[in-house]
Amino acid sequence: MAKYAIRRLLALLPVFLVVTVIVFLLIHLVPGDPIDNLMRSGSDPAQRDALSRAYGLDRSLVEQYLAWMGHLVRGDLGTAIVQRRPVAELIGENIGYSLALGGLALAFSAIVGIVAGVTAASFQDRVADRALMSLALVGSTVPSFWLGLLMILFFAVQLGWVPVSGARHWTSVILPATTVGLAGMALVARVTRIAMIETARQDFVTLLHAKGVSRFTIQTRHLLRHALVPVLTLLSLRIGLIVGGSVTVEYVFARPGLGSLLIRAIGQRDYPVIQGSLLMLAIAVMLGTLVGDLLQAAMDPRQREDDRS
Amino acid sequence: MIARLVDRLMWRGPRPGIAPIVAGAALLCLVAAAFLSPWIAPWPYDQQMLAEADRAPSLAHWFGTDEFGRDVLSRVLFGARTSLSVALVSISVSCSLGMAIGAICGYVGGPVDRWVMAAIDMTWCFPEILLALLLVAILGPGSTSTVLAIAIAYLAQFTRLTRSQIRALKRETFVEASLCFGAGPAHILLRRLLPNAVAPVVVVAMLTTGDAILLEATLGFFGMGAQPPTPSWGGMMSSGSELLFEAPWVILWPGAAIAASVIAINLFGDGVLVALDVKKRRRTH
Repeated sequence: MAKYAIRRLLALLPVFLVVTVIVFLLIHLVPGDPIDNLMRSGSDPAQRDALSRAYGLDRSLVEQYLAWMGHLVRGDLGTAIVQRRPVAELIGENIGYSLALGGLALAFSAIVGIVAGVTAASFQDRVADRALMSLALVGSTVPSFWLGLLMILFFAVQLGWVPVSGARHWTSVILPATTVGLAGMALVARVTRIAMIETARQDFVTLLHAKGVSRFTIQTRHLLRHALVPVLTLLSLRIGLIVGGSVTVEYVFARPGLGSLLIRAIGQRDYPVIQGSLLMLAIAVMLGTLVGDLLQAAMDPRQREDDRS
Repeated sequence: MIARLVDRLMWRGPRPGIAPIVAGAALLCLVAAAFLSPWIAPWPYDQQMLAEADRAPSLAHWFGTDEFGRDVLSRVLFGARTSLSVALVSISVSCSLGMAIGAICGYVGGPVDRWVMAAIDMTWCFPEILLALLLVAILGPGSTSTVLAIAIAYLAQFTRLTRSQIRALKRETFVEASLCFGAGPAHILLRRLLPNAVAPVVVVAMLTTGDAILLEATLGFFGMGAQPPTPSWGGMMSSGSELLFEAPWVILWPGAAIAASVIAINLFGDGVLVALDVKKRRRTH
């Protein structure tokens, strides 16, 4: 298992390099001169040269990339243009909010999704199943920003249960996490349902029934264990859904976080901040996928063997 | 493919049920509304009546008015044009480009395949919305960059799907038969392989159009999509969210339009999947 974990971690290295190249190139792919984009206002030649040297734009692309990577591994992501503060500091201030939101949203999708999926499967093709699956369809298709705004109107304005926006009180995370989690929940519910139904058709389940094991024990102890593997696969593959969803929802709820940071930076054309926050979000997706893979391998030894052959 | 579809929808073969048919009808209405918006919209989409700003839905303005006193119903109808056409154009671009690259890579194989696919797979490092945001950060906001961003966000999915189809098909006996008759690679690829590979790709393209509408609306909501005064559902929600408490109807209707069209596309697409007996194979992360 440890060997498998190390191999998976090493396999991420090239992906990480590709991400850094894309993020690094961002500033050079923007039409026009990067300096003009950085300065935005009038261009005093001396200032231009100073800025050009400061950002190393007078050197070759490869040199620039290596220098940028050198700073990156030391935790230096450059300086924000608008706020004139280190990007790493800005990210540090915001990352906690995003982790809390993403973690809660993930937990919500997994727990509610599995419960809904198991319930739907045990009432297969009956009213409860139809209703839950229709809800799941709606949950995965309704735009999260619309849902978020409607939830603000209902729970924050009408009922006054939670704050409207921001992140001053801990209850403020409930609505955003539910909004992000709903889309994931819908997917998890569908996959759990199908996995439960398909596993129920296997011979060992018939045997369990024949042995007189209770329906509840079969469902929770045997079927669910099998069904969890595809659910984990889905969650680890769709971790981007949670990360991407958080970006949108943070913006809707005016909540601090990497997503709000990114959106604001794009609006202000603050490229160092765009690069830094994109990089962190991509790393979040990579690490999330890795953790999902490892959990899966821990639960299902066949996956480790498949990988070796 | 069409004949088979009609066949199946006429209740011969696996039954997709009533939901896809209702959804298909709803989609037709939606497309018709988008096409006919200049004639059926009660007001011009940009007519400002400041005296009637932020009015709740009434007989004169069924969906209410926004902060400039523009009729929300008319803007939703005109917005359907922007939102649907951006989604359709971007998916067409993405799908045709993906099919071309995927077919060539799948057929040729070898180092070309490896390197091109490695390049395409790079887009999977980012979730779609981040990729789209990255591209909009490069290209600047607007409809054109939205189309490009969505097209590139879904390119890998179409390329992978076509490639795997072609790779599976090229070992079939009918390809060998064509080779024996002296057919060249272009003939085999275009006349023998692609027609057999196209059905699942088209179905996936249809389902992805729903995702594209969502992505377009999200970019619009961030203020990065079609720029004012062009109405788009996402853009309407962007400006409407600032008046959330005073005039909630301004965000209510465009959001409902997005949700309804995405649900309709998904239900219809699922029905076509069942009818055509195509296995669902979309991007899974």
